[in-house]
Amino acid sequence: MLEDHAKIAAIIKQVGVVAGRKKLQKMVYILQRMGFPFREMFHFNFYGPYSDELSLQLEELCNFGFLIESRDERSTERCYRYRLSEAGESFISHYSGIIPEKDGLVDALSRETASFLELVSTLLYFDQIPASTSDDKVRALDTPYSQQDISRARHYITVLERQAQTLQFS
Amino acid sequence: MSQDRSGLLPSSGPERCGCCGMVQFEQLNEEKVFKDPVHRYIHVRDRLIWDLIGTPEFQRLRRIRQLGTTYLTFHGAEHSRFGHSLGVYEIARRVIGIFRNRGDWDDSETMPALCAALLHDVGHGPFSHSFEKVFGTNHEQFTQEIILGDTEIHRLLSRVSADFPKKVADIIGKTYENRLVVSLISSQIDADRMDYLLRDAYFTGVSYGHFDMERIWRVMRPHGDQIVFKFSGMHAVEDYIMSRYQMYWQVYFHPVTRSAEVILTQILHRASRLYRSGFRFKQMPDVLIRLLEGEIPLADYLRLDESVFMYCFQVWQDEDDAILRDLCCRFINRRLFKYVQLSRDQLNADAELTELFRSAGIDPDYYLEVDSSSDCPYDFYRPGEEEERLPIQLQMPDGSLHELSRESDVVRAITGKRRTDHKLYYPKDRVLNLSDSLPEKKKICALLHING
Repeated sequence: MLEDHAKIAAIIKQVGVVAGRKKLQKMVYILQRMGFPFREMFHFNFYGPYSDELSLQLEELCNFGFLIESRDERSTERCYRYRLSEAGESFISHYSGIIPEKDGLVDALSRETASFLELVSTLLYFDQIPASTSDDKVRALDTPYSQQDISRARHYITVLERQAQTLQFS
Repeated sequence: MSQDRSGLLPSSGPERCGCCGMVQFEQLNEEKVFKDPVHRYIHVRDRLIWDLIGTPEFQRLRRIRQLGTTYLTFHGAEHSRFGHSLGVYEIARRVIGIFRNRGDWDDSETMPALCAALLHDVGHGPFSHSFEKVFGTNHEQFTQEIILGDTEIHRLLSRVSADFPKKVADIIGKTYENRLVVSLISSQIDADRMDYLLRDAYFTGVSYGHFDMERIWRVMRPHGDQIVFKFSGMHAVEDYIMSRYQMYWQVYFHPVTRSAEVILTQILHRASRLYRSGFRFKQMPDVLIRLLEGEIPLADYLRLDESVFMYCFQVWQDEDDAILRDLCCRFINRRLFKYVQLSRDQLNADAELTELFRSAGIDPDYYLEVDSSSDCPYDFYRPGEEEERLPIQLQMPDGSLHELSRESDVVRAITGKRRTDHKLYYPKDRVLNLSDSLPEKKKICALLHING
């Protein structure tokens, strides 16, 4: 009934805590591009790919009491942390295997910073256009990225894609 | 569509100014106006804008309702995406005029911005949201294809320069370098939202949804690559936020409209599943076959409009498949599903209800559906997290920027407490028609809180 919500909750369960909505947005976008069965629609905004639908689903999960939201006290900016509640555990138990654990790919993404994931997701968003043009688009983002950052992100995508090729989704 | 069938294409492209080299766009001999209930008049002076409006791809928008199934709730809501697109163009034109008068605008961006405002919805299909959910298409992708592909719109835009169609497509796709132009067409207060809120309020006949748009234009200030609002205009912005909030809960997320949307989605799911299983439809237009086969070429997509779908729903009432027949009959005759508010505890009853429906002979795949606020393509203002998305910023007297909800008690009140909603839709008439001797009936009625 709420399969799309269950997939988000399952991702959060896998990593324990997600620090920031922006980070979750970028993780879901990257996982979707790697073949994970997320159905949310993303468009581009000032900080890379973004889904209004995902943003609302996150609020719905909090309102149901399936996620616990807390303000990140270490951050000077407005930033929230999310973890699964007991009710959330029970909720996703009805959707076993909806997001299979795969080679630590989800974990690996969660260890990166939100701004690096913004860069990775933006490069993925522009993967249909020549690299030189997409580099220009990336430089126009609000977060300043160096050519070194871009090169690292491109290498990261190659590794992700290689890992994703081995995944099988039902 | 490999050639211009309308005779709209001008014989040559625009000229350049001898002294500054800026493109000079051809003006019409006489200004054209469209009478409009929201903006009174929509003014067209540029030949390019006039010609774009005349293309078959843009005229198709006359046959796509702005609010999809909302006309089943508010009978006045028959207005089309054509009128809305003209409205967005008109707002962009007037705001650019204000910015230009203050010296805040780069003139070379005027025509790309106006074309983007006019064409921002050109890729919308019939009943877009349900359609996209079932067939996995994306109207934004089709908008890009229409502007960059083999269409009359593309040929007209290409007359300006080879890269002009790409500029327009990038503004609509929000990937254009000049983000002030993007913000004008697409941001938390943009030409698109301002037009649809006022237009939808007018055509649905609701009394909320109104705000002082001209006052908002006057307090808009370009600030770097975004548009901010003078602090003194905060109350006009509050009014806009309130109208967006009211329209969301009273019109866009109206449970009757959502019920019609649920049935529409189920019709498309059923037709798709039947087609894949080899079912022989008595009537099926060619253009839908391509869609059901999975890959729809742009030329066929452009032939789809609401008339095609309404025709199908009409004739499918005589199909041999009982589910498709019933769902179409419900949609055409407005025999919609009823709903119960869904709480967390009821979520756990989902599996039980599904089984009860199945054993009572009501297919839960088509007759039991949860609809959430996140399924609705509209939303209301929420400031979000830092760097999640761009919020509405007020420019304070000292020049600093403050996010709106930090200054406005009204906005803080409606954005501070998150409100979401979930409803479970089902055909009450089918449940009530079950035999009283059927043990499932009593259990279903208890779970759905049906009396009698």
